[in-house]
Amino acid sequence: MGPTDRSREAKALRRGAGSGSSRRAFLLATAALLVTGKGVSARVVTKVLPWRPNEAYPVTPVVPGGYLFFTANEAAVVEAFAERLIPADELGPGARQAGVTTFIDRQLTGPYGGHDWLYMEGPFAQNPLPTQGLQSELTPRQQYRNGIAALEAYCKSSFSRSFTELDAGEQDKLIAGLEKGEVQLPNFSGKMLFTAIHTNTVEGFFADPIYGGNRDMVGWKLVGFPGTRYDFRDVIDRPNQAYTLPPVSMQGRPAWGER
Amino acid sequence: MVRRLPRKDVVIVGLGWTGSIVAYELARLGLDVVALERGPWRDTASDFNIGTAPDELRYAVRHDIFLRPKQETLTMRNHPSQTALPIRKWGSFLPGNGVGGAGLHWNGQTWRFLPDDFRIRSHMIERYGAGIMPEGNQIQDWPVSYDELEPHYDRFEQVAGISGKAGNIKGTIQPGGNPFEGARAREYPTPPMKQGYAQSLFTKAATGMGLHPFPRPSGNISSAYTNPYGCSMAPCTYCGFCEWFGCANYSKSSPQTCVLPALVREPTFEARTDCEVTKVNLSADGKMATGVTYIDAAGEECEQPGDLVLVCAFSLFNVRLLLLSGIGKPYDPATGEGVVGRNYAYQTGSGASAFFEDAKFNPFAAAGSLGVALDDYNSDNFDHGPHGFVGGASITSAHTNGRPIRYHPVPPGTPAWGSAWKKAVKDTYQRVTYVGAQGSVMSYRNNYLDLDPTYKDPLGRPLMRMTFDYQPNEQKMANWMAERCQEIAKAMGAKTTQLNRLRVPWSVVPYQTTHNTGGAVMGSDPNTSVLNRYLQSWDVSNVFVMGASAFPQNAGYNPTGTVGALTYWSLEAIFKYLKSPGALVSR
Repeated sequence: MGPTDRSREAKALRRGAGSGSSRRAFLLATAALLVTGKGVSARVVTKVLPWRPNEAYPVTPVVPGGYLFFTANEAAVVEAFAERLIPADELGPGARQAGVTTFIDRQLTGPYGGHDWLYMEGPFAQNPLPTQGLQSELTPRQQYRNGIAALEAYCKSSFSRSFTELDAGEQDKLIAGLEKGEVQLPNFSGKMLFTAIHTNTVEGFFADPIYGGNRDMVGWKLVGFPGTRYDFRDVIDRPNQAYTLPPVSMQGRPAWGER
Repeated sequence: MVRRLPRKDVVIVGLGWTGSIVAYELARLGLDVVALERGPWRDTASDFNIGTAPDELRYAVRHDIFLRPKQETLTMRNHPSQTALPIRKWGSFLPGNGVGGAGLHWNGQTWRFLPDDFRIRSHMIERYGAGIMPEGNQIQDWPVSYDELEPHYDRFEQVAGISGKAGNIKGTIQPGGNPFEGARAREYPTPPMKQGYAQSLFTKAATGMGLHPFPRPSGNISSAYTNPYGCSMAPCTYCGFCEWFGCANYSKSSPQTCVLPALVREPTFEARTDCEVTKVNLSADGKMATGVTYIDAAGEECEQPGDLVLVCAFSLFNVRLLLLSGIGKPYDPATGEGVVGRNYAYQTGSGASAFFEDAKFNPFAAAGSLGVALDDYNSDNFDHGPHGFVGGASITSAHTNGRPIRYHPVPPGTPAWGSAWKKAVKDTYQRVTYVGAQGSVMSYRNNYLDLDPTYKDPLGRPLMRMTFDYQPNEQKMANWMAERCQEIAKAMGAKTTQLNRLRVPWSVVPYQTTHNTGGAVMGSDPNTSVLNRYLQSWDVSNVFVMGASAFPQNAGYNPTGTVGALTYWSLEAIFKYLKSPGALVSR
C-alpha cells in the first residue's frame, strides 16, 4: 500500500463522516467491519459493493507558474535542452511552449522524483548486465540536480558560458555527444542526464495537459491523437478516413472554457 | 504478537480472476470464504470513472495501479552463472496489484490452447522423432486433455462474455472462424468485434495467400451481455485505453465486471484488502495446511486458520509463496531434482512493421483485443520437419491503442530528437501498422525460479530470483515467424517493411508481455510437477494452486483463457474433495 492509497483511504473515511444513506452504505461496506482495533488496518468488503458516487480520485491539476523543485538556472537549462529535443518549427510549437519544464518540475516533486515506488534497496551493482535495466541509486531529483550542475560546469570550462548561452548548433552538438556517451561530464554520466531529460520531455509533450505539459494539446495535435474522447465507434465504422474533430483532455478543451 | 482469527472453511490468497471465481463458486455452497488481497479494493465506479480513466501518464507510464516494486519485485539474470539483480522498475512484464489482479488491466485476448498443445511432447516425438526436441528441454505433456477442458473453457467464456466467431462447433468447421481450433460445444457468447482498416487489409492479403484469418476472441465485449452470474456488461467503444487501464465502460471482462457484483452479495464471503499473506501454515508433519499468516496494512500479523487454502495470486507470486511456505521441494537445476520453480516459461514477440505511403489507420480507435489473427503457423498446424524447431505462434494484425507517450513510431534510422524526429513522428503516426507473432516458449533446465540469496522485501523475506533467456529453439521459431509476418505485410501493400526479430538476450526492458508461466506446474509425475491434474498440491492435499504457474510450458497464445478453464476444471475436483477430503490422485 503506497502513500497515495493510504491518503485515499483516509479521505474516503473522512467523506464517510457525512450524513444520510451514503454514510450508512459506506459503514455497511467497510468501517463497521474493520477487524482490528488499531486504526485502518484492513478494508473488509462483504455483502455490498462499497460503491459511492464520485469516489474516483482525480489527479490534482498542475497550476503553471514558478518552480517547486528547479532553481531558476536549472529550469532555464532544462527548458533550453528540451526545446532542442522538441523544437518549435514549421510543424508547430516545441517543448518550451508545451510547458515541458513545468511538467518535469512537478513530476520531480511527486513520487516519481524520489523513485518512491521503486525497489531502491542495496547493494547496487557496479557492473550490471545491460539486460538488468535500472540499477542506479540516483533518484530523478538527484539526476537532475547533479546532472545539470555537471553540465553547467562542463559548459563553463569548455565554452566559458552557461548551456543556455550556447547557440542552437553548439547545444545540438553537445546533446548528441551526451546521447552517444562521448561527452564526459565531471562526475556525472552524460548519458544518464540525456536519458532523463529526453524521457521526461517526450512524456511532458504527450501527457494529458492536466500535468502541466502538452499545453493546448500541442503534442496531440502534432500526431492527430483525439485524447480522451473514449468512444471511437464512429471511427471504426469509417475505415481509412481522416479524423477531423479537435482533441479533448481530461479537463475538456479551450472552447469549453471562458470566452 | 500474532492475532489468531476465527477459522474459515476456505482461505483464498489473492482476489483476481481465479480467486474471485473460486470464491463465488464456493461461497454459494454456503461455505465461509475469506479472500486476502494485498492490494487495495478497486471497482469500476469508484476507481475507473471516464473522467479519470484515460490517463496514459498515470497508468501506463507511472504504473499507478500496479504492484510497486518497493513492495515486491524479483531479481533476474539470464543464466545460472550470472549474479541476479533486482528488477527495480517494471519493464518486460508488469504484475497487477489489488482486487481484480492482472484481470483488471489486461487486454482481454481470450484463447483456448489447441488440442496438440496439451500433449506436445508425445505429439512431436510421434510425428517427427525424438531428434526434434531442443537441447536442455523439459517439455512435458499436460496431465489434462483439450476435450476434458472444453466444458470449462466454455464456462469461462460464458462468464467473461467473450466476443468471437467459432471455427469448429462439434467437429463442423464454421466459415469465418479459426478452422484449426479444437471442437467447441457452441458459438461465443457475443459476436466478434468490429475491425479497423489494417485488419481488412490483413484479412484480404492473408486469404489471398491461402491462410485462414479470423477475428480474435476478445474480452472487450462487442454487444451488451448478461453473464450466467447475472453480471451485465456494456458494448466496447473502441476508446483505446485497455491494456494497463481499468475500463470505465463495463466493456472489458474482468473480475470487477463479471464476478464481484455477484460475489460480494454472497453472505458467507468476505474480502480483506491491504493484507499480504506471508506464509501458508503447515501441520507439524507438513502434510496439511492449517491456514495462512498475513500482515495487514497497520503491520499487525494475523493468523487465519482455514480448512482449505487456495493459492490464487499472480503466477510468479504463487511460486514464491510455495517456496516461502516450504510446500513442495525447491527445484535445483544442478541436479535436476525438485519441482517448485521448475519449468518457468514466457512468450516470444516478433513480427514486422508495415509502413504505407498513405493510409489512415487511426490507431487510437482501438481495443485491447481488436485484431484479426491466423493460426496456420501455430502449434503443429504446419509441418515442422523442414524447420527444426518446436512450437509456433499466433499471427495477428492489431491496433490496441494510439496513446502517444508510448506510441509514436518512426521509421528505422530516424534520429531520437530534433526537428527530423518531430517530422517523422507526425508523418508516421497514421501510416504504420504491424503484423505480430506471439509465440510459444518451451521449458528448459536452466530457465527457473528460486529464492534470491541477497535481496529482500520490506518484510525481510527473500525476493524470488528469475533465471531466464530465450533458447536457440525459441529464437529460431520467432525469427521464422517474423519472416512470415513480413510476407503478409508486403502483401498488404506496405511501401516498406521492417523485420522485428526476437530481442535477445531477454532483457527486463522494454515492456514485452506479462505472460509469465510455470514454476508450480501440473503433471502426472510428482517428480516433475508440483500439482496433480486437479491443481492440488502433491504434498499438501488441502492446498490448490490456480493460475498460469501450472502450465508445464507456454503455448503461442495469451494465457488467460486457459487459466480460466483450469480454474473451473479444478473447482469441479474441489467439489469432490469437499465431500471426501484427501489426495485426488495417489502418488
